[in-house]
Amino acid sequence: MHGNDFIALLPLLIVAGTSIVVMLAVAVHRRHARSASLTFIGLAAAFASLWIAAPVVPLQVTPLLILDRYALFYIGLILAASMACVLLSYGYFEKCEGDHDELYILLLVATLGSSVLVASSHFVSLFLGLELLSVALYGMISYRHSLPLPVEAGIKYLVLAAASAAFLLFGMALVYGALGTMQFGEIAVRLTRAGFDRWLVLPGMALIVTGFGFKLAVAPFHLWTPDVYQGAPVPVTAFIATVSKGAMFAVLLRYFYRSGAHNLAPVFLVFSIIAIASMFAGNILALLQNNVKRILAYSSIAHLGYLLVAFQAGSDLGPTAVTFYLVAYFVTTLGAFGVIAVLSDGSKDADDMEDYRGLFWRRPALAAVFTAMLLSLAGIPVTAGFIGKFYILAAGASSAMWALIVIMVITSAIGLFYYLRIVVVMYGHSAESSAPSSGLAPAGGVVLALLTAFLLWFGVFPGPLLSAISTALAGLV
Amino acid sequence: MILLWLILIPLIAGGVAWAAARWSASATRWIALVAVVADFALTLSLWFRNFHAGFSGWFEQADWAWIPQFGIRLHLALDGLSLLLLMLTFFLGIVSVLASWNEITEAVGFFHLNLLWILAGIAGVFLAVNLFLFYFAWELMLVPMYFLISIWGHENRVYAAVKFFLFTQLSGLLMLIAILALFFLHYRATGIYTFEYAALLNTVMPASTEMWIMLGFFVAFAVKLPVVVLHTWLPDAHTEAPTAGSVILAGLLLKTGAYGMLRFVVPLFPHAARAFAPIAMALGVAGILYGAILAFGQNDLKRLVAYTSVSHLGFVLLGIFAWNDLALQGAVMTMICHGISTGGLFILAGALQDRIHTREMDCMGGLWSTAPRLSGAALFFALASLGLPGLGDFVGEFLVLLGTYRQSILLAALATVGVLFATFYALRLVQRAFQGPNTHNWRIADLVPREGLVVALMIGTLLWLGLYPRPVLQTFQPVMARLEQLASRR
Repeated sequence: MHGNDFIALLPLLIVAGTSIVVMLAVAVHRRHARSASLTFIGLAAAFASLWIAAPVVPLQVTPLLILDRYALFYIGLILAASMACVLLSYGYFEKCEGDHDELYILLLVATLGSSVLVASSHFVSLFLGLELLSVALYGMISYRHSLPLPVEAGIKYLVLAAASAAFLLFGMALVYGALGTMQFGEIAVRLTRAGFDRWLVLPGMALIVTGFGFKLAVAPFHLWTPDVYQGAPVPVTAFIATVSKGAMFAVLLRYFYRSGAHNLAPVFLVFSIIAIASMFAGNILALLQNNVKRILAYSSIAHLGYLLVAFQAGSDLGPTAVTFYLVAYFVTTLGAFGVIAVLSDGSKDADDMEDYRGLFWRRPALAAVFTAMLLSLAGIPVTAGFIGKFYILAAGASSAMWALIVIMVITSAIGLFYYLRIVVVMYGHSAESSAPSSGLAPAGGVVLALLTAFLLWFGVFPGPLLSAISTALAGLV
Repeated sequence: MILLWLILIPLIAGGVAWAAARWSASATRWIALVAVVADFALTLSLWFRNFHAGFSGWFEQADWAWIPQFGIRLHLALDGLSLLLLMLTFFLGIVSVLASWNEITEAVGFFHLNLLWILAGIAGVFLAVNLFLFYFAWELMLVPMYFLISIWGHENRVYAAVKFFLFTQLSGLLMLIAILALFFLHYRATGIYTFEYAALLNTVMPASTEMWIMLGFFVAFAVKLPVVVLHTWLPDAHTEAPTAGSVILAGLLLKTGAYGMLRFVVPLFPHAARAFAPIAMALGVAGILYGAILAFGQNDLKRLVAYTSVSHLGFVLLGIFAWNDLALQGAVMTMICHGISTGGLFILAGALQDRIHTREMDCMGGLWSTAPRLSGAALFFALASLGLPGLGDFVGEFLVLLGTYRQSILLAALATVGVLFATFYALRLVQRAFQGPNTHNWRIADLVPREGLVVALMIGTLLWLGLYPRPVLQTFQPVMARLEQLASRR
């Protein structure tokens, strides 16, 4: 390794360093505000260092990591989302009892793992990043270990994540056994040559898809999602929904586009089935829920289904659509969970539908933000979600995948119903006129205001973001 | 630039009105009123300015790049058809603001925000000549309308609002797929990414593809229009909406469907539209008869008026797909006059509900003795609705019937039966609500000057359109010539 390698790795190094700094600071003296602000500063510094790293990329750093514009773009997205999660966590945990400092260390480690994931070009780094992320998440999910739900959620996640990691490892082993390489790029080369054992590669790919499927929570691997979403503390749920899933999708995109495996007919078929199943399962099961966190969990299953539609589109529109949709989804999901986090108090998360009854009349600004986020999830114009959905439909239409996009349209119309349900409740009248609750914590307020601004900006003037995405994707396809 | 202002004024005024509501509700109302009056004045000035030039072509344009990656432009353009519908939009905008002056007392600011944003969305629909922008505006008017119904509506408002939203959203998404299919067909043929209306007009495609894409557009517009079978959201939404909501729904949102048929379905897909015309015309006639028969059976005043809309818009569909001079002129006249006459009926229904807190006609009767001005106005609008010669609706429906006669004598005859039915339901309405003995001993206030002004404006316009429709037809003339030329190309 030489100088440029370290410059390219700078964002990752800063995040790793920050976790050590926070750990040492906690060892000296516990203070919630300091831990949170150190974490935030570290993440912000890592974010700023992206611009230092940008001139030296693309650069293959060891056989494991590739730092290109694609990786930097996603690392930036992950860091930004983590910063939002830190701010939300501060406001949320400040209201809870107990020590909260270790959460930030775990969050930094998880962020590091996600960043490694999006920069990986090798099975080993993929697995390394995945485990960094998962192991930190176990702790984050059950962080409030005095309550039953978080512990239950943590154990569920632990068992299923471990199982999925096993699937993934076995799949990688099979692919390696057949092709003799773990490099994504090299896999692509060897897949085009004849003479490999097809009956090792295809089961291997299937197991890898299964492993990814668990992490992405697409049907039929989605069963853990509602429980974990419900049980985890709200900012952690936001983190799982955005950073963890986004990083997985980014590496999925890179792995399959790099290795060309998505062009194998069976893989395409499997992804189509998963996409359709996710769109139906997510949107229909969400109709039956009364818990806002569970609704958002099912809605995220559906959204991952939409993303898989774009993923399959193949042409150069596909990755652009995926990336734009992910950005929109990050903004929207963080905003939605941000509202829940702000409304929650130390004893109970505000996740019951009744907590939102008449919210518009009590706290109009929060209700307006939540409405904007829900409309974005539903894909209504002026919000980023609309442009995202438009792009996915465009990508699908450009590859003439009519069946998939018609299903997407129908299921998203079903989805509209439960988003509107929450909206209706917010604008209805509450039975008891509860006194207007205390004002917004400044950190949460700033996050929500910024997210709403991004939501509208990307929804009305997506041009700049799209050109950023197309430069980021230039190396991928 | 003036076209952008037509959209921006209500958008901005909506925000200002919302903010102003913190201090004073009446300030909000005045801001909204000033905004719609200003917009109406702008459209009027556009009309007078171009009157002698003859409204040829797109006589006002505004064009900016928006999302260059996809050839999406912020391209607005005005021709005679758009101008007429814009004047109707802001006229009914004024009417709606005035009609909700006393009716809305809760969350006045948010109400006017929604009201003005719907108008902005509708103006965007009528002005957009970039298909992406059109779809954007098309979807944009739904959300505020949804709020308008679900917050300020009557008893069953949430059900009606959700139904409205789901119907329009699902059909809109089908249209989006059709737009994208057209876009990529054009891209494959030319290698250019563009959503521009003018460019997409010349897309060459195989007949079966053309039919599928045409159906995608048709479904979206048919839900709005509404065409029978897809109309079930309409009676609920119209009945449950507050007065201003009903006026805008009936007067404007339905017209966006008709506008889409005229502007997009037939010119973009001339061959498919020609092949589909017999079915569409049959659906139109079915709507005329079905709407009229159901209107006759209603007891709820607003529901009755809602079903008459189904019937009247059947004439519009019939006229559009008969596609000849007379029928097209008739369709446009019907669009405008129906907006005003039905708007008038909804305003009176709202005024009545304000006073007697019911819409059931069983609970009315003999109101003429206690509120003669209100009842007289209702009689007038009912007569307009049944197509009394001398009033605007007559001109429209008569022209449609003449035009249809050339295409199909059978359909024209059946549609004429619809006109006959209109007499029944309109007169029944007047008889049961306003005439006869006042069995419930109602003592209600007559129209106050504000309401009187609104009603007088609408009556005057209907009389003008009925007696001297030439200026309107003249405005539409060049558009019609171009549309016919587009539709007849090979």
